[in-house]
Amino acid sequence: MAARILAVFLLLFLSAAPLGSSLYEDQVGLMDWHQKYIGKVKHAVFHTQRSGRKRVVVSTEENVIASLDLRHGDIFWRRVLGANDVVDAIDVALGKFVITLSSDGSTIRAWNLPDGLMVWETFIRGSKSSKSLLLSGTNSKVDKDNTILAFGEGCLVAVSSADGEVLWKKDFADASFEVQQIIQSPGRDVVYVLGFVGSSSFDAYQINGKNGEVMHHDTASFAGGFSGNTLLVSDDVLVALDAAMSHLITISFQGGGLSINEKPISNLVGDFAGPVEILALKLGRMFALKANKLITFISISNDGKLDVLEKINSAAAISDALSVSDGRHAVGLVQQVDNKVEFTVKLGNDWNTNLLKETINMDHQRGFVRKVFINNYIRTDRSHGFRALVVMEDHSLLLVQQGEIVWGREDGLASILDVTTSELPVEKDGVSVSKVEQNLFEWLKGHILKLKGTLMLASPEDMVVIQGMRLKSSEKSKMTRDHNGFRKLLIVLTRGGKLFALHTGDGRIIWSRLLESLRKSEACEHPTGLRIYTWQVPHHHAMDENPSVLVVGRCQQNLDAPGILSFVDAYTGSEIKSVGPVHSVLQVIPLPFTDSTEQRLHLLIDAKQRVHLYPRSREALSIFQQERSNIYWYSVEADKSIIRGYAIKRTCVHEDAGDYCFEPRDLWSVVFPGKSEKIVSTVTQKLNEVVHTQAKVMAEQELMYKYISKNLLFVATASPKASHEIGSAIPDESFLVVYLIDTITGRILQRMTHQGCQAPVHAVFSENWVVYHYFNLRAHRYEMSVIEIYDQSRADNKDVLKLVVGKHNLTSPTSSYSRPEVVAKSQSYFFTHSVKAITVTLTAKGITSKQLLIGTISDQVLALDKRYLDPRRSLNPSQAEKEEGVIPLTDSLPIIPQSYVTHALKVEGLRGIVTVPAKLESTTLVFSYGVDIFFTRLAPSRTYDSLTEDFSYALLLITIVALIAAIFVTWVWSERKELQEKWR
Amino acid sequence: MDCKSGAGAKGFGLLGKISDVKVILNGGQKVTFLRPDGYFSFYNVPAGTHLIEVAAIGYFFSPVRVDVSARNPGKVQAALTENRRGLIELVLEPLREEQYYEIREPFSIMSVVKSPMGLMMGFMLIVVFLMPKLVENMDPEEMRRAQEEMRSQGVPSLSSLLPSAARN
Repeated sequence: MAARILAVFLLLFLSAAPLGSSLYEDQVGLMDWHQKYIGKVKHAVFHTQRSGRKRVVVSTEENVIASLDLRHGDIFWRRVLGANDVVDAIDVALGKFVITLSSDGSTIRAWNLPDGLMVWETFIRGSKSSKSLLLSGTNSKVDKDNTILAFGEGCLVAVSSADGEVLWKKDFADASFEVQQIIQSPGRDVVYVLGFVGSSSFDAYQINGKNGEVMHHDTASFAGGFSGNTLLVSDDVLVALDAAMSHLITISFQGGGLSINEKPISNLVGDFAGPVEILALKLGRMFALKANKLITFISISNDGKLDVLEKINSAAAISDALSVSDGRHAVGLVQQVDNKVEFTVKLGNDWNTNLLKETINMDHQRGFVRKVFINNYIRTDRSHGFRALVVMEDHSLLLVQQGEIVWGREDGLASILDVTTSELPVEKDGVSVSKVEQNLFEWLKGHILKLKGTLMLASPEDMVVIQGMRLKSSEKSKMTRDHNGFRKLLIVLTRGGKLFALHTGDGRIIWSRLLESLRKSEACEHPTGLRIYTWQVPHHHAMDENPSVLVVGRCQQNLDAPGILSFVDAYTGSEIKSVGPVHSVLQVIPLPFTDSTEQRLHLLIDAKQRVHLYPRSREALSIFQQERSNIYWYSVEADKSIIRGYAIKRTCVHEDAGDYCFEPRDLWSVVFPGKSEKIVSTVTQKLNEVVHTQAKVMAEQELMYKYISKNLLFVATASPKASHEIGSAIPDESFLVVYLIDTITGRILQRMTHQGCQAPVHAVFSENWVVYHYFNLRAHRYEMSVIEIYDQSRADNKDVLKLVVGKHNLTSPTSSYSRPEVVAKSQSYFFTHSVKAITVTLTAKGITSKQLLIGTISDQVLALDKRYLDPRRSLNPSQAEKEEGVIPLTDSLPIIPQSYVTHALKVEGLRGIVTVPAKLESTTLVFSYGVDIFFTRLAPSRTYDSLTEDFSYALLLITIVALIAAIFVTWVWSERKELQEKWR
Repeated sequence: MDCKSGAGAKGFGLLGKISDVKVILNGGQKVTFLRPDGYFSFYNVPAGTHLIEVAAIGYFFSPVRVDVSARNPGKVQAALTENRRGLIELVLEPLREEQYYEIREPFSIMSVVKSPMGLMMGFMLIVVFLMPKLVENMDPEEMRRAQEEMRSQGVPSLSSLLPSAARN
């Protein structure tokens, strides 16, 4: 009771506090950390010719172009392109521009190599989609005119690399002509465009490199048909596979006319099964063939004979050829041998000699080598040295040189799929006293410095020391649980199938593990991780047990693909157990029950809406059987515009694990008119949210009861035209309808229509309110609306007399089946920015006022106080309302720069924001991820329950000392005075 | 349909950070960057009403409503959505600079005095220096009685003086 009164007082006190929290510049890095990543590297171009900064330019699967320091792996600059702007090729032109071809070959951009400024941009508009190829002048060594040849959208374009001007354009408009290769002959300014027409005919165009005119056109047909890619083996020979994937086809096209030869693959590699792939080496008359789990290197002699050079294990990556001095070419090979990696560099024309052979110890948590890029340098003794940039299975990037890993980047963290947290272990031994005494002097010195800082007496050098001390504070990066619950482990699942545990104090990686069950295997061809859940949190008396997490994955992209489950120890990262491939996984429902070992019961729903119970133990089953009648769930079929509700019918009939599998019973369905409404967004409350007060005290002593139900679903539907992107619909034909649906009964509690509005809808549901963001076409601005729902059936409990006498219905159980009498209040406001993600702060007890965390289009996270989204805001709030903290109505929501939680940083490519309550009620932990990751601690109503970071303990000490001194002085005085009195 | 426009980046001290500026069409449908001269372009923009946003750290740009005409190819109308001001040329200017940090106030005696500890000290001083004055102004009779009372209790303290002072 006392706590509650205290809470009320606190709330009253807080409502007077200024809105939002903000940061001083010297506090950056105290509570927050920011890490920059680039993603899995697709292409890399080294730039090491000149003395000075050695760098490598890379493009990644996250559409990032970045220039990295070759010495340390730091980012010099990086640009994050739009989500649809996939980079197809990169190159360096003129030694100062990075050329990128993106958006299926339709956009060519040049970036300044030193600083990443965009220099020019050229757009190719063709008639059809096609392969996109880039050929910059550097490779062909004809640097005089500096033209870049690009092929995209069915057009061949020559672009001046200095200013991006299109010199000439040749459109291969013939719909059936599929261009495969473009070659620029070194000497004669001739461009060869090679491709297939239909499936069985091969065409070669010779084009004048100066003006784009077709000089010659050859056609040859091949009965067996072609499949897939072609490879350029040299300037005049092309290799392809036939449609049946059983023959190798070599096509020589120069020297007048085309000649096609074929050879069975089995002659080269022996008997084989499964897919065949040809790998380019870009090396003099050589290529590689991947079949039978082996990579076979094959050379072609001048008369078209194929010779097998070497066969190696397929767990290897091959680099493109690199031209070493005087026309010799080298190729890099990286092979996996147990826990080690073998890096070999071979000469193209002399396959049997190795230029370099190094063995590198490699952490096996990085998996197999996926890609390798090599670069050479001249050693001091004038011999050739090689360095290799290696992309591993877990998306990490390593630079290998002289048998060592020079640097590594954990770029898997650029593609986080899901996040959960785990508490750290409890501290077992207390801090020894001697340690404290030893550091007493240091401690005192530090506090004197801090005091100087607060009194603004510190010199700039002192300030640097103070800042360093604050940042290094070992307190925040300890590996034990703290009293306030600020130190936790963030366990993140990445697209590469690797789990990372990050410390919330400083963001360092505690452990990382490539999950065996999420790796490619016979049973599971393309595994992907989906979600991560807290599986077991041992009781705090069981000190020797570690918590564990559940990772749910899927074997293929499609929804009905078999699922994979993996249980991982949260402290060590070791995989305790893995199950799978099992039934498909559509939904995972963590239940609010745990068994005797504190394992949480989870329900996994498969594609047939059958329920599978985990953990599979008798005990879990008996717990579940008791609660079976209270289990409800729903499914959203967005393509059919149907939402269905289910309950459990009986145990499965045709299933191996019969006891743990249950069949569904259809309860209800909400069918939206599919022709006029499409489901664009569904949101529910967070399962771990705590609601502190059921009632809300309004102005004039009025009481409103919140309608709080964990079973509410917010659904937004849009008219078909309004569900596409902005710019394609007009206001008259677009509308948005939002629903609040009870997922137990399927009853629609509230329905609202927004005319002239359209998707995308981003929503967040908390307590008894929903806030959603959408686009208003009439005003052509974004809008945010709030719906708050209140329970009317309890509204007459306001009478104090009734409460005292006990004639109230507050203790009667609330059921979804009782007809709810709810009132909804709603209001809309304009919001300036597009939104990428939206969430709400969660605190331990739910007392602290809430803030919305909005990830804006500029990749920043804005904290907006919920009080701005209060449906009771009016133009002239009454005095009572003002006292309560109701803000006068404005048509748009304010954007206060100080309330950006990311302050002057950007979380590039922002995708999600996660909030976790700390133990301290006032504080919540915020983790946002995208290409970058950012963590901070927020106090939505300031830290009212603890002293702030910049609290000066020294000042407190001085005050106490001064008080004690004063007591002594006054005591002496009074003694003396008393003595005088006595003498008188 | 092409839509070329100039961004008035010059004159705002933006040039140093121009590489950090992104121009975004329709909430992320297309993203482009500024050229060194401050121009940007979007290609293949169909006729209709579109929204351009600028992402630049340190500046607040209003989103811009852009109407691309279907009848007159290449004709473009633009207006700021924040204040509904029409733009004659599609030149984007930041509405204001954004300051992400609070400014620390310089040290002042008042802030120390106002802090809880300052108040405590102040109260202390008042008690130490003003109370004896109060005692001095007391009636000598009263004073003696109080002192006797004190002596009988044995502990000379200020706290036992306080209630008697208050009673007066």
